[in-house]
Amino acid sequence: MKRRFVETIALALLRGTAFAVLLATILLIGSIVRGGAGVITWEFLSATPTEGMTHGGIFPAIFGTICITLLMIVMALPLGVCAAIYMVEYAGSSGLARVIRASVNNLAGVPSIVFGLFGVGFFILFIGRSIDRVRGGGLLFGQPAMLWAAATLAVLVLPVIIVNTAEALTAVPRSHREASFALGATRWQTVRRVVLPQARAGILTGSILSVSRGAGETAPILFTGCAYFLPRLPIVHLGVPFTGLSVPMVNPLDQFMELSYHIFIMATQSTDAAATRPIQYGTTLILVALTFILNLAAISLRVRYRRGLESR
Amino acid sequence: MKSSAMVTPRPAREAVSNASPAKVAFGGVSFSYPGRQALSGVTLDVPERRVTAIIGPSGCGKSTLIKSINRIAEIGTEVKVEGRVTIDGQDVYAPGVDLVDLRRRVGMLFQKANPFPKSIFENVAFGPRIHGASRAGDLDQAVERSLRQAALWDEVKDRLGTSAMELSGGQQQRLCLARVLAVDPEVILMDEPCSALDPISTARIEELIEELRERYTVVIVTHNMQQAARVSDRTAFLLNGQLVEVDDTETIFTTPADRRTEDYITGRFG
Amino acid sequence: MDSRIESKIGKAGTVPVVPGAVRRLRRGRWREVFIETFLRLNGFIAIAAILLIFIFLFKEGIQAFRTIPAGHFLQSQELDFDNVPQTVRLWQPVGQNPKYSLIPLLLGSFLVALPGTLIATIFGVACGIYLAEIAGKRTREVIKPAIELLAGVPSVVIGFFCLATLATFVQDALGTTFRLNAMVGALGVSLVIVPVIATMTDDALRAVPGYLREGAHALGANRWETITRVVVPAGASGLVAAILLGMGRALGETMIVLMATGNAAQVTLNPFDSVRTMTATIAAELGAVPQGGEQYRALFLVGSLLFVMTFLINLVAELAVARMRRRLAL
Ligand SMILES: Nc1ncnc2c1ncn2[C@@H]1O[C@H](COP(=O)(O)OP(=O)(O)O)[C@@H](O)[C@H]1O
Ligand SMILES: [Mg+2]
Repeated sequence: MKRRFVETIALALLRGTAFAVLLATILLIGSIVRGGAGVITWEFLSATPTEGMTHGGIFPAIFGTICITLLMIVMALPLGVCAAIYMVEYAGSSGLARVIRASVNNLAGVPSIVFGLFGVGFFILFIGRSIDRVRGGGLLFGQPAMLWAAATLAVLVLPVIIVNTAEALTAVPRSHREASFALGATRWQTVRRVVLPQARAGILTGSILSVSRGAGETAPILFTGCAYFLPRLPIVHLGVPFTGLSVPMVNPLDQFMELSYHIFIMATQSTDAAATRPIQYGTTLILVALTFILNLAAISLRVRYRRGLESR
Repeated sequence: MKSSAMVTPRPAREAVSNASPAKVAFGGVSFSYPGRQALSGVTLDVPERRVTAIIGPSGCGKSTLIKSINRIAEIGTEVKVEGRVTIDGQDVYAPGVDLVDLRRRVGMLFQKANPFPKSIFENVAFGPRIHGASRAGDLDQAVERSLRQAALWDEVKDRLGTSAMELSGGQQQRLCLARVLAVDPEVILMDEPCSALDPISTARIEELIEELRERYTVVIVTHNMQQAARVSDRTAFLLNGQLVEVDDTETIFTTPADRRTEDYITGRFG
Repeated sequence: MDSRIESKIGKAGTVPVVPGAVRRLRRGRWREVFIETFLRLNGFIAIAAILLIFIFLFKEGIQAFRTIPAGHFLQSQELDFDNVPQTVRLWQPVGQNPKYSLIPLLLGSFLVALPGTLIATIFGVACGIYLAEIAGKRTREVIKPAIELLAGVPSVVIGFFCLATLATFVQDALGTTFRLNAMVGALGVSLVIVPVIATMTDDALRAVPGYLREGAHALGANRWETITRVVVPAGASGLVAAILLGMGRALGETMIVLMATGNAAQVTLNPFDSVRTMTATIAAELGAVPQGGEQYRALFLVGSLLFVMTFLINLVAELAVARMRRRLAL
């Protein structure tokens, strides 16, 4: 009788805690939606901040977030996926490969602010200043810029991408590789025709999650390129020779506004934080929505992918 | 480092029963994984167009023995190989051996059927495709021929586009056989191909092996003594990485020369 | 004795299966070599980028010892108004007589990380057990994505939530002196690591083979007894790893503590005081320091310390997971 009682109570407690976590998630998201929903108008999305950032919109921050995320993807995704393919499919299980795998795993847990330190010290002060010294003619590369912020984020997400991709690759049964080799397929033929088709969904899921992680990070870009207030967009007009036309292009050497940084600044450093609360909520809601879309895509992809794996 | 404890088959009988020439030959082969020697000093001739069975208790090195022929054993680990493994007299471990060509000539069937998660057609067409066939007609022809050879054609001809994962275990194993046949190998290795199958599916595979012997050299690892007796012409008994005895199947199962072989086939250990 | 290891693909003759095969094979071999080289290059670049972080961080951090005596990272002497020397433990890197005691920062970090990990462990482990052992398929399909979504919320958003909503709530409920304090930060941080712990617990328990459960039930154990006596002990190393990883995240969390803990570097053990963590110190000061100076290097030293601490924690966690794999013979 007593055992029965203990069991009932304990299981109910576990269930209660699980639903408490669910509730906390809903409260968190709910408070942001409630605070931000009223603020979001077309103008808020498309205009520049005005009157000392107490009015106007957040378009430059949205634009900056998208640019830096894309730049980060270009720098980190192909590199990370290829590196993972090499580690899993080519390097095998040699001692060196194991050491590398362990350190990549561990780096995925290094605090993001440490990457910020690295970004300032390595990219801006070391690489950037060196380029400037060689180039001569003043500071251009050796200062915070979108390029360096994206590079810092890229280094941050690189281990995450590698770990996720490697996981998706190792999920492909060894027997399929053996069968392919036994038929005389080369390593690359095996990778391309047997391993990658099966791992594709997993790699995609992992990549989306990694990108979403990078897009939401603030600490690494605090000092590597974000601007407090920059009403113009980080765009240059490049003249096309002989035509007299000029094409606008994102300037990776410019500073930029960014959503998560904007939230941080507005909430902690603005002159009247209470007065701009609605703007803060609105910005937060946009950032949440952005990462939500990415996560939702990844989660639904993963559910489908898991079903596929299990039905085998 | 050739093992002194190596047991050589008795030369007299070898000469008598070895009517057909050796297709695959092991000459004093020792094979080590990191920290573990799996084969020591194995010398064995596999006659052409015959079925050779490898028997022995778990872990004695049967899989390693046959996987060393198509050099699958070395995938994903470091290995050390001593001695010679030859096919038609060519050393497969010689420097400069083309692994792709080697594995095209030596097909393999695994313990657990391992079709790719692709359609039935794509599974069979996989080999021809990677070896350069691209004309649709050629592929269709190769697929049909292989599926017929594997006695699967009638069961799947109306659903070549469906996933291979939907087939039953026995059908999957026959599909894997068709996949092997499609690359037109000379030697076919089978590593306990029936151990995961029901008796009826097993019987069908055995019938197929019967037909295969006319054109291919077959090496089959099996746990099942009756199976070895039913399908093979010659049987080799392996123990702790050493070849104890090899002879005509009938001889092995009636009058084995070695006491340990007798113990094993009569179920006294293993 | 001739001993050989796997040789590279060579140029032995090939037998064409299909017309044109030989030509294709020749071409394929070059492609094969090219692709492998390309992939290897990528691997090396990735590893190099990662190694650089180590090297760079430590190179800058160690230089801090050139101008600051090692003892000063614990405490230093200062003359008070009566010119009597006093021992102080302060982090005060600007001013005439900068002080670099790491003690308030370490205390701050742990005052946030420990309660945060504790709260998250209670909720995360319970949630993981519920998911793995109790929840039906339908409930699982609701709670699991919710947890994954929570894991995906950027930390600046949680920081903002703490600052704008949670802090007021905590102050009203508990009547704390400071609106922003270590406990608010800990609550925020626990929101970040609950998903980590819950997911890993779930994974660890689901890796426990079913025959163990069947065995326990066959002996007459009920569900709760099966969980506490069989499943959780079997997955214990996995749980330890989950909690350690959570703690590593808590120590490294930056934006939440920067926004929610009040940022006062003081020596205190009261979790309701305002504190300043190591991460927040870097984030708050790096923007204003002259590069290459003493404070710049001191910040790198703090970063190196952070790196080493989290690296060790993660390493232990990884060993725990490996141990569990081995014990369950997975
Ligand atoms: N990849 C490997 N790495 C290390 N040891 C292995 C590996 N594969 C097999 N072995 C060892 O080699 C021995 C022979 O294995 P195997 O050839 O698979 O035996 P069998 O097929 O007869 O059961 C076993 O002791 C096994 O543990
Ligand atoms: Mg075996």
